[in-house]
Amino acid sequence: MITRRKLLMLLPAAAMAWEYVAAGTPEISPNYSRPEHWWGMLVDIDKCIGCGNCVRACAAENSVPDGYFRTWVERYHVAGWQQETPQVDSPNGGKNGFPPSKAVGGKNFFVPKMCNHCEDSPCTQVCPVGATFRSIDGVVLVDEKYCLGCRYCIQACPYGCRFLHPAKHTAEKCSLCYHRITKGLTTACCESCPTGARQLADLKNPKDPIHEYLKTHSVQVLKPHLATGAKVYYHDLDGSVR
Amino acid sequence: MPVDGFMYPNEIELQWSVLIVVYPFITGLVAGAFILASLERIFHVAAVKPTYRLALLTALAFLLVAPLPLQLHLGHPERSLEMYLTPHKTSAMAMFGFVYLWYLMAVILLEIWLDYRHEIVLFSQSTTGWKRLLYRALSLGSSNISEGSLRVDDRVGWVVTLIGIPSAFLLHGYVGFIFGSVKANPWWSSPLMPVVFIFSAMVSGISIVLLIYMAAMKLRRQSIDMRCVDTIAQYLLYTFIIDFALEMLDLIHRIYEADESFRSLDFMLHTQLFFSQVVLQIVLGTVIPILTIGFIQIFDVPEKLRRMAYAVCGCLTIVGIFAMRWNVVIGGQLFSKSFLGYTTYKLDLISREGELVAAALLILPFIILAVLVKILPPWTESQAGFVREPSVCELGKEA
Repeated sequence: MITRRKLLMLLPAAAMAWEYVAAGTPEISPNYSRPEHWWGMLVDIDKCIGCGNCVRACAAENSVPDGYFRTWVERYHVAGWQQETPQVDSPNGGKNGFPPSKAVGGKNFFVPKMCNHCEDSPCTQVCPVGATFRSIDGVVLVDEKYCLGCRYCIQACPYGCRFLHPAKHTAEKCSLCYHRITKGLTTACCESCPTGARQLADLKNPKDPIHEYLKTHSVQVLKPHLATGAKVYYHDLDGSVR
Repeated sequence: MPVDGFMYPNEIELQWSVLIVVYPFITGLVAGAFILASLERIFHVAAVKPTYRLALLTALAFLLVAPLPLQLHLGHPERSLEMYLTPHKTSAMAMFGFVYLWYLMAVILLEIWLDYRHEIVLFSQSTTGWKRLLYRALSLGSSNISEGSLRVDDRVGWVVTLIGIPSAFLLHGYVGFIFGSVKANPWWSSPLMPVVFIFSAMVSGISIVLLIYMAAMKLRRQSIDMRCVDTIAQYLLYTFIIDFALEMLDLIHRIYEADESFRSLDFMLHTQLFFSQVVLQIVLGTVIPILTIGFIQIFDVPEKLRRMAYAVCGCLTIVGIFAMRWNVVIGGQLFSKSFLGYTTYKLDLISREGELVAAALLILPFIILAVLVKILPPWTESQAGFVREPSVCELGKEA
């Protein structure tokens, strides 16, 4: 027979059990084999409308602090032949979209930016303790329990993708939603993009549409002269983009 | 934070503060002071002998403080030991710990101990109380000061100095490499950077020892050995000319090549860095000392005026080299890697990486030096009553 005393003692355990049930079954990836993947991303500039969904989704998914960005969107305005001096803005990283452009004439377009998950990444090269590393499946990650917070990696990244987390005091960057992609999901930014401007790509998967796309479209990576082996491929990237 | 033009959103905040300016400045003083000390020991420049020990103690005092700015700057200073335990072999920064330890333990401490062992043993016999205990501890149980034993000390000391010279180059050259190897940053990325750092280190180290020597003599109310300071000033001039030539070579190369970053860097040089780079570093910190010391080499300048000129040039040089470190470290972060905009650096007064902490770190080595000078008086010959035996090499040379 359950007494009042026994019932009270059972309550905490019951609460914990309920929390577990309510949380649902945790996502698992029993079949994920890291050597079989090589992750990258495809960004179609023509499709980006600068809505900022990707920035908001990334911030929500990864608890990105305000004022810092794992991904952001830039708006370019190139007037005529002046390729070397484009007008660029990215108010709050494009998180809230963009106000109407005051620039007239020339061309306007949006460029989503993020970590390029470089094959020969300068950030992993310089980390003094190996806290930032490239995983076997091609994703550059940071071990926040190991990072010293020296910020050398932030200096070494040519794309401005890293920042020091203001609360954790460790280096932070796009993880390509590693916690999602290893479970067969896509990244938060890709999932939230209303036009499909961002596409997660598995370069080792022969069935991935990226292969056909790369064969038939003009693509470019950012700052190719730095030979970092960037794996974020941009379709129709304008020469003015830095 | 005021931003001019466009910067990548994560770039607006500067990552490396004034403490990272202090760090290469201090290591430069260490390397330079040691190289000055080696002039006497290895290259037999007898004129600079009065500064030999002072230079060694100066190098030690600054070396002990060198890791502090880095430690204070880390987001997780409690994890800094990981650099020793699990160093990442491809990282220039990871090597810091080892180069530092090597330099501290195998070069500076060993050389000072070998050079002072004779006096330490004598002090341990002539003093009483805690001083006796201190000198006994410093003697590390080695009380043999026989002629043969001192000869061995001297020979080993000579070898240590010989190893110390490339080590000093390694210590500061590596600091230059930390910056010079960052291909993402065109302001830093240059194979000349380690060489420029080494020569600027020598310039700053020679100047600081010159200033400390002159100040110490003034405090001790003793006459300044003019032959010594004239010789030091000569070496300062030689290294300064090489340093300036290298820096100008770098500048001319950038101007002539005018790559994609040039417009951005040129703009910065004419605006935010104008005072620190053109006025402080180039004009006041380099051209004026070079012209002044050069003038002294050509014309017959009275002793008093020479002393004053050396003091002023020494101070200007130190300010100029600090400005050079500032321009490298802070200047390299003021422009966007997109080359489309600029940010500003606001120096806090009171914060972990603020002005006060930086000032304290710059004063601390002088306090340490004062203590070291008290324990291990560097005043040789008639100044302290001790005569250092001529080294084996010196004897050989005389023979």
